[in-house]
Amino acid sequence: MRLRTSATLAIEATDLTLAYQQRPVLWDVDLEVPQGVLMAIVGPNGAGKTTLLRAVLGLLKPAAGEVRVFGRPYAEQRRLVAYVPQRGSVDWDFPTTALDIVTMGTYGGLGWVRRPGVSERSRATAALAQVGMQDYADRQISQLSGGQQQRVFLARALVQDAQIYLMDEPFQGVDATTERAIVDLLRTLRADGKTVVAVHHDLQTVVDYFDQVTLLNVRRIDAGSVEDVFTDENLRLTYGGRVAGIGGRGNGRASDLSA
Amino acid sequence: MSAAQVDVLLVALVVAAACAIPGAFLILRGMAMMSDAISHTVLLGIVLAFFIVADLNSPILILGAALVGLLTVALVEAVSRTGLVREDTAIGLVFPALFSIAVILISSLAGNVHLDSDAVLLGEIAFAPFNRFAPGGVDLGPIALWVMGAILIVNLSCTALFFKELKLTTFDPALAAALGFSPALVHYGLMGVVSVTAVGAFDAVGSILVVALMIGPPATARLLTDRLPHMLGLGVLIGAAAAAGGYWLARLLDANIAGSMATVVGIAFVLVLLLAPHRGLVATARRQRRQRWTFARQMLLIHLATHEGTPSEADESRPDHMQRHMRWPAAFANRVVQTATERDLITLENDQLRLTPQGRVEARTAALR
Amino acid sequence: MDVLSDLVFDYTLRTVALGSAALGIVSGALGAFAVLRRQALLGDAMSHAALPGVALAFLITGSRAPLVLMIGAALTGWLAAVAIVGVVRASRVKTDTAMALMLSVFFGAGLVVLTFIQRQPAAGKAGLDKFLFGQAAAMLESDVITMASVGAVGLLGVLVLWKEFKLLSFDPDFAATLGMPTRRLDVLLTSLLVIAIVVGLKTVGVVLMSAMVVAPGAAARQWTNRLGVMVTLSALLGAAAGVLGALVSTAAETSTGPTIVLVATAFVVASLLFAPARGLVWARLRGWRSQRLLALEAVMADLAALAAQHSTDATRPHDVAALHALRGRAIVESALSELAADGLAQRHVSGGWSLTPRGLAEADRLARLRRAPDDV
Repeated sequence: MRLRTSATLAIEATDLTLAYQQRPVLWDVDLEVPQGVLMAIVGPNGAGKTTLLRAVLGLLKPAAGEVRVFGRPYAEQRRLVAYVPQRGSVDWDFPTTALDIVTMGTYGGLGWVRRPGVSERSRATAALAQVGMQDYADRQISQLSGGQQQRVFLARALVQDAQIYLMDEPFQGVDATTERAIVDLLRTLRADGKTVVAVHHDLQTVVDYFDQVTLLNVRRIDAGSVEDVFTDENLRLTYGGRVAGIGGRGNGRASDLSA
Repeated sequence: MSAAQVDVLLVALVVAAACAIPGAFLILRGMAMMSDAISHTVLLGIVLAFFIVADLNSPILILGAALVGLLTVALVEAVSRTGLVREDTAIGLVFPALFSIAVILISSLAGNVHLDSDAVLLGEIAFAPFNRFAPGGVDLGPIALWVMGAILIVNLSCTALFFKELKLTTFDPALAAALGFSPALVHYGLMGVVSVTAVGAFDAVGSILVVALMIGPPATARLLTDRLPHMLGLGVLIGAAAAAGGYWLARLLDANIAGSMATVVGIAFVLVLLLAPHRGLVATARRQRRQRWTFARQMLLIHLATHEGTPSEADESRPDHMQRHMRWPAAFANRVVQTATERDLITLENDQLRLTPQGRVEARTAALR
Repeated sequence: MDVLSDLVFDYTLRTVALGSAALGIVSGALGAFAVLRRQALLGDAMSHAALPGVALAFLITGSRAPLVLMIGAALTGWLAAVAIVGVVRASRVKTDTAMALMLSVFFGAGLVVLTFIQRQPAAGKAGLDKFLFGQAAAMLESDVITMASVGAVGLLGVLVLWKEFKLLSFDPDFAATLGMPTRRLDVLLTSLLVIAIVVGLKTVGVVLMSAMVVAPGAAARQWTNRLGVMVTLSALLGAAAGVLGALVSTAAETSTGPTIVLVATAFVVASLLFAPARGLVWARLRGWRSQRLLALEAVMADLAALAAQHSTDATRPHDVAALHALRGRAIVESALSELAADGLAQRHVSGGWSLTPRGLAEADRLARLRRAPDDV
């Protein structure tokens, strides 16, 4: 019975537990992501959102629990998963161009030693065009604005041609143009049957941008469709009693916590 | 022990104590490698000052060294502020350049004076007793002892006088600036002290081993305490102990004294790293083994609490499920279940683990930790 | 010309030049990665830590063969790097502290071993300073061959694993999600850096070898925004500094290591100042130019504002004393004369100033541009 439900889930992480120096960061967290949805992971700072993403990607080794991608262990399905890290996690003064960064998305398919060739570069150019950055292909990456850098990262994930896209705060510090472009891209991906899981900070936009939400604060508070789960009651549970009147669905409009 | 040996030991003790004090602040400010840079470049100050006064025993040499020490700091800052290279690269560019100039200048003097780059890099504390301080023919002991004693007193009194400022600018530069204590002023003051200490000490132990005495003892002390005054005190004690131990080792092996001192500093660090009472690796490993059981028990309780009352409860609460999902070996899982049962946290009925009321409370407190 | 003909015909000089070139190419190419990976000071720690390895290798084998000494140096240099990473991971000690500690402790242990060597009758005191500062003049053809072969191994490693090392340096997490064994690649690239360091020991010495790892990469970075170009250029600059420094030191009879380091430093200074796009000189010139343009715009805006107060006659002369007080006399006067030369402002017989009709139109256009900046 278990196996049959797994087969329809893009990601199924069960009982993920992760401690950092004896302090639990994730306690017994389940993550179930059906195929073809846009899911937000929401929770306060230190809730373990990025940790959860990194654990799913195998970048952190959990103390307990396992991750399955389309019913099989992550390590076997790596090719189906693309990762968009936080923009701040790399050195943007690195001597390289936007096109070169996007080409890095093809390295996984190339295997050892082989260098990217004409076909890899043309795929990268197409991915850049998909995020509206074709005119910036030869720009040194430090000369790009924050939003443009984010779009380059997205293009790098696109070129991987994956089934599942894991994004760590894709909307962090981007301009309005980029935000619109990313939202359009997410919808295109969904229309193509791809699955997107994004760590997200801005509570106001959860309802507009995503279909599903996982509320996280070290433990999983709740998860499911935005209509059912993104409620005042649940948000209060997630963010603790400290924050009053957060307002999810129920009083019309959610106010921005991160402000 | 002969009188000369006592002199050597005394000089070693004073050098170690004088180095440990500014070293503690360098470590806490994340600037330990500046001690390496400054201890190399003060050589340039000595050479330039020597060109002016033509006397190797002039106190002007120390002044010159201190000035070039500050110049090193300023150059590193200027280069990294261009934004064209990072700070570590800036350090790696500035000090070899200044040091190279010094080495070339010294070799151009070759033969004329007793100042060669080997001696500066390696030091020779064994010669310290032969250079006496004898004003008016009265022998008052080795000059090195007087010089380093004076530097030790300066370091101690600077630390005592400006303790509040040093502490504040080290831990919260923004607050310090807001309160009117200039972090830049304290920074350059500290760097001046580091430079003077380096030039005084490298006569005895050589410029690279100054680094061992500045960084090693306070770093070892850091493993033992969280409090700044304790770190300073322990640093001085450990430094003195390493100096004495190094001297003893050098006599035992008939080897270079400064090198032996640095070696003992390294041994002391490794011993403390392994054996420190609370944070030592051995103590940590022991504690982790104990905590593994506690942690596993809590995981079991939280797992049961999470699935309590859900449709999948029957499936999730079977004992063999724990083995599969937490990747626990059977023996380990049995023992976790057993201890949890013994503590009245869970019960086992019909192949189902169930939380007791007490277990439910503990699951909640563990999850909220 | 003498030096050039010596280079071709003089055996010693040719050997020295070839050896220094080999060292520069290897340390330049591998050092470029060290600079990008924030390992500039790790190189310093590793080169100091090579001393006990050199001494132990000599003590144990009794051989001065460069390959033996290089292997010894590489082992302790590598061990120091491992110890630094291990201490940082296992305790609260930070990287800079761990580097300073290991650097000085390894060096101290090296001095202890050296005293044993000096006690051997055959060794004497000779050779000690050669380890510390290098001596290119003593280089033999066999040394050059060894250096070149060891260096070639390092370069080959970079060439074969180019895209892996590139991604590791830029974004190791992403590399891991592609399935690359980032931990092992990290160890491998750091080990190649050790190779770059030991290749230069005989020429430059342990104390200064770190500069040969840092300087060419730092200089090359200023000229290009491509990794491939940067690594190639870094290798060429390293080779140039090596050859030039070795020749100068032979001619001027200075220590080889320090001379090479100073030449490399000169390359860095020149690059920081004059490299196109990033050079400080050009940045300063651009700064001045934009400051001047800003002053022009500001004075035009001021004159336009004055004109707007008298809607009847926009080109009526105004006393510019108020502008002097606001922006400084010299700035206003030079801006006015430049505007006049461009036909945007005019001086009236009364001594007052106003914009010309063309100047008014230009000020209006700039003001509108200010209000609606381009969408970034």
